[in-house]
Amino acid sequence: MTGQPFPVEAGHIMMFARAIGDENPAYQGETALAPPTFTMASAHYDPDYHLRPKPDEEWFGSGGGPGVMAEGGGGLHAEQHFEYHRPVRAGETLYVTTVPGRSWEKHGRSGRLLFSERITEYRDADGELIVSARTVAVVPEGPATPKDAR
Amino acid sequence: MTVSTDDIKVGEVRECVLVDDLKRTRIVQYAGASGDFNPLHTDERFAVEAAGYPGVFAHGMLTMGMTGRVLTDWVGPEALLRYGVRFRAQVWPGDTLTATATVESIEDTPDGLVAHFSLRSVNQDGVEVVTGTASALLEP
Repeated sequence: MTGQPFPVEAGHIMMFARAIGDENPAYQGETALAPPTFTMASAHYDPDYHLRPKPDEEWFGSGGGPGVMAEGGGGLHAEQHFEYHRPVRAGETLYVTTVPGRSWEKHGRSGRLLFSERITEYRDADGELIVSARTVAVVPEGPATPKDAR
Repeated sequence: MTVSTDDIKVGEVRECVLVDDLKRTRIVQYAGASGDFNPLHTDERFAVEAAGYPGVFAHGMLTMGMTGRVLTDWVGPEALLRYGVRFRAQVWPGDTLTATATVESIEDTPDGLVAHFSLRSVNQDGVEVVTGTASALLEP
């Protein structure tokens, strides 16, 4: 089996379900089902995930100072899509592979917007596709104007 | 849990209050559970001084995760075939969000009857924060 192993644990599902405020009994117990967006939490198991502080590496958030907005850090999540081939359950391990998808641009009010897709596949130990996810990110070209966002 | 065509009709609408007065702690809770520790969502000083936002805002995926409840409370989490959203506006601490799911059509497929939904979540001012679609397999 290829891909980054993502052990789906009952305790992790419980914490995720609490975070989205969902007390559905289906998300509780040793054989809990995973909520529809749970597979995003595979980020915890991605060794290269850039939005997690790691020992001996610079973190861009605040400390003594305010932190540093990284190059292209003005990027935002524009769309997210999931396709479910079967439910995900606690106790199984999924294997995660991510490949780049399409990229395109649009002209927005504040200039050019660069869109890019990332396709993530979650397969079980038999190699069966369980969940496909498509993430669309958008980065404004040039200086971001987040102060206008509110 | 399965839903049959006796329980679900085209045009039927369900509404669900997802959160009332979203707290910063909930956003921190989502960061920990999801693994997305982007300081834009949890680090007020970074969000204001380094990134230039008025403050931290919720992960889009927190809003999508909360919005899913309007579907899963209705058809059950095991019935979903597809779920997708566009993030339309940011969700800020203090926001109250309400999700609505509408049955747009019911399709007869080789696997059984599939209900297609449109979705929207709005804040307390009626501004759409996410819109989307979903499909769920009904009891054959």
